[in-house]
Amino acid sequence: MLEMRGIRKAFGPVKVLHGVDLEVRAGEVHALLGENGAGKSTMMKILCGILKADEGTIRIDGREQDFAHYDDAIAAGVGIVFQEFSLIPYLTAVENIFLGREKTTSFGLLNRRAMRTRAREVLGKLGVDVPLDVPVADLSVAEQQFVEIAKALSLDARILVLDEPTATLTPGEVEHLFKVMADLRQQGVAMVFISHHLDEIFEICDRITVLRDGEYVGTCEVSAIDTDRLVEMMVGRRIENNFPPKPTALPDRRVVIDAKNIQLRKNGPVSSFQLHQGEILGFAGLVGSGRTETALSIMGAYPAAAVEVEINGDPKRPANPKEALERGIGLLPESRKDQGLITSFSIMQNVSVNNYGKYRAMKYFLDLKKELEATRSVMKDVQVKAPGPNVAVDTLSGGNQQKVVIARWLNHNTPILIFDEPTRGIDVGAKAEIYQLMRNLTEDGYSIIMISSELPEVIGMSDRVCVFRSGAIVATVQGDAINSEEIMTHATTGKVRYVA
Amino acid sequence: MSHESSPEAPPSAWQSILGGLKHSPLILPLVGLIAVSTVMAFASDNFFSVDNIVNVLRQQSIIGILAIGMTFVILTGGIDLSVGAVMALCGTLGAGVMVNMGMPGVAGLLAMIVVGVLFGVFNGVLVAWGQMPAIIVTLATMLIARGFGLVYSGGYPISGVPGWVSWFGVGRIAGVPVPIIIMVLLYAAAWVLLQRTSFGRHVYAIGGNETAANLSGVNTKRVKLYVFMISGFTSAMAAIVLTGRLMSGQPGAGVAFELDAIAMVVLGGAAISGGRGLIIGTLIGAVLLGIINNGLNLMGINPYLQDVIKGFIILLAIYIGREWR
Repeated sequence: MLEMRGIRKAFGPVKVLHGVDLEVRAGEVHALLGENGAGKSTMMKILCGILKADEGTIRIDGREQDFAHYDDAIAAGVGIVFQEFSLIPYLTAVENIFLGREKTTSFGLLNRRAMRTRAREVLGKLGVDVPLDVPVADLSVAEQQFVEIAKALSLDARILVLDEPTATLTPGEVEHLFKVMADLRQQGVAMVFISHHLDEIFEICDRITVLRDGEYVGTCEVSAIDTDRLVEMMVGRRIENNFPPKPTALPDRRVVIDAKNIQLRKNGPVSSFQLHQGEILGFAGLVGSGRTETALSIMGAYPAAAVEVEINGDPKRPANPKEALERGIGLLPESRKDQGLITSFSIMQNVSVNNYGKYRAMKYFLDLKKELEATRSVMKDVQVKAPGPNVAVDTLSGGNQQKVVIARWLNHNTPILIFDEPTRGIDVGAKAEIYQLMRNLTEDGYSIIMISSELPEVIGMSDRVCVFRSGAIVATVQGDAINSEEIMTHATTGKVRYVA
Repeated sequence: MSHESSPEAPPSAWQSILGGLKHSPLILPLVGLIAVSTVMAFASDNFFSVDNIVNVLRQQSIIGILAIGMTFVILTGGIDLSVGAVMALCGTLGAGVMVNMGMPGVAGLLAMIVVGVLFGVFNGVLVAWGQMPAIIVTLATMLIARGFGLVYSGGYPISGVPGWVSWFGVGRIAGVPVPIIIMVLLYAAAWVLLQRTSFGRHVYAIGGNETAANLSGVNTKRVKLYVFMISGFTSAMAAIVLTGRLMSGQPGAGVAFELDAIAMVVLGGAAISGGRGLIIGTLIGAVLLGIINNGLNLMGINPYLQDVIKGFIILLAIYIGREWR
């Protein structure tokens, strides 16, 4: 029914798809699998006309298609349920389903009865009972998802893309969704199902296509493959040698963070972990598996349901990042521009923004001369390449901006550092420098939690790895067990626990 | 801020006052000031007389003082609509303490400061901990302050304050009117706070990127509380000058003063979204607005038309400021 052949796409110099094939039959649930950044989302955006492929063809029912807009794809029978819903929260289900193509009476007024009837018809076809008169914001996540699917079907979609539809659903809701998908399969709808949960794929899908780093790896029947083989297809073999050597044997180190019980959501799963002095503890897992939230909850920057943590033996938990700072915890956030830097500030002003440090007694008044000296010294420590401390940070490259944030914490001398995606958007050379810097820091006695979505980075840098799935740590691995198969298996099939 | 100065050297005092001239946010306000002054000088012979300049500054002193607190709040990305009403409430309650309660004048003046700072605490707690938008919070507290003053006074001015209080409104030191001296001293103190203390750095940091400031350990809530307290304090200082000038507590005074104060901050080159702007800019903005008022008066232009012209000048200033960046 759907045939995509030799799809290529590049954003500027970055090639994200190198000739990917995808073929989906009518009445089939087809899984599209791959790590974060493998190119799944780009592939789907091309399918529904949001992006245009540089090369390759899309055929639907054997006819070649050329989508210039999302609308063209809809007209050809493609419907997509986005990972982040595109519903308007304050409108009702009916209003959302017909948004932008409202039915009107001959007077030009809304024909509310006709829309309601049609909405009920479509939802009935799905076999779900969704309240039609309340704002969708008041519906459960699963119900919102059904409204999204109904919206796609009301457009007569015969090819339905479901981008991680189960990510935010409870097990019961997932079951309901799968029932609906099974019904749609009966009705001959072709579905592309994106999920990181391998067990779900074995449960609902017929065939699987695997992508890796924008390459087409292969397509196979679900019945003819097992988890190990699938993980191997996803991860492949990679040569990475830009990591500094790990210390051979870790002697018994002091525990600096003892997280005994962290529960992100009420009644959700719980985690525990320990961070030792001088180690790099990797937080691995898929996007949305709770890595960042867990780290932030320790420093009082995320409102978790329960946090029981001892920092250097002290059971008082920091209430906000300022208290965390006073207790010696510093954060290098995921997004430099939005969370890390004050872009209107100079390097110096960014470095000393939390100026309670050991280098200066600047509790109340600024000492510009000492501030300058201290900034120069930490800039040298982390090798920021810039004309001087008074340069505006928004003129620096990504790698240098990241170093400025690191310099901030060196200036303050926080011995515990949380690095969230430390090398995102940074070129290869600067990456190696940051890796070396992290190793130098741990040798100097700093302890680092490194959250990363890049598996090679987790494997190359971590002394131990906590693997997350569905909001909690499902396994902690060390030594030879730090390999991609082991981590991916835990990240996709691990079982969470619900009691401390 | 001063990051456009040479990359290596610490900024000189002059640079940190003016912010490094080339890319300084002060350049446009200064150009505007010179341009408007030139036009006014040609339009009116009296304009460049010492008396007239002193007159302009004196007229601007009350709202100019309100604009100091407004600058702090706007630099954090907030706004304070309650300044005019809080000023009136401070004046009314302070006069009440002196006249109705028969307490000494000093107690009345202290009461004004207490009332102003407490209102700032009220605003700040609601914005920082209540996490409500500043524009709505201060709109509500503006009504509360105004209404409360009218209820307390029954809508009538409270006169009969001790004679020496008039010194704050009409007194002179070495020929310079006291309101101007108070205003200049407060601007100097504000400059020190903003440019020479870590608190000031945090004010700019929050306006620049509140999330980043919070995650790097700046106590953003407390800083927001402090800026509203400063705004309450400057409202009280304006009330002291006003009471000295009118020799009474005026519950109806200061209507729409907050709008002129905001105009001064914006004319002074500050970004209404926060993080960018200098206190000296606000002072220039205050003088600029004063000169426009004064010039239009000297030219004998219909007062109703004056507002129309002022409105267009503000729009023009913001438009040029945006294109400049």
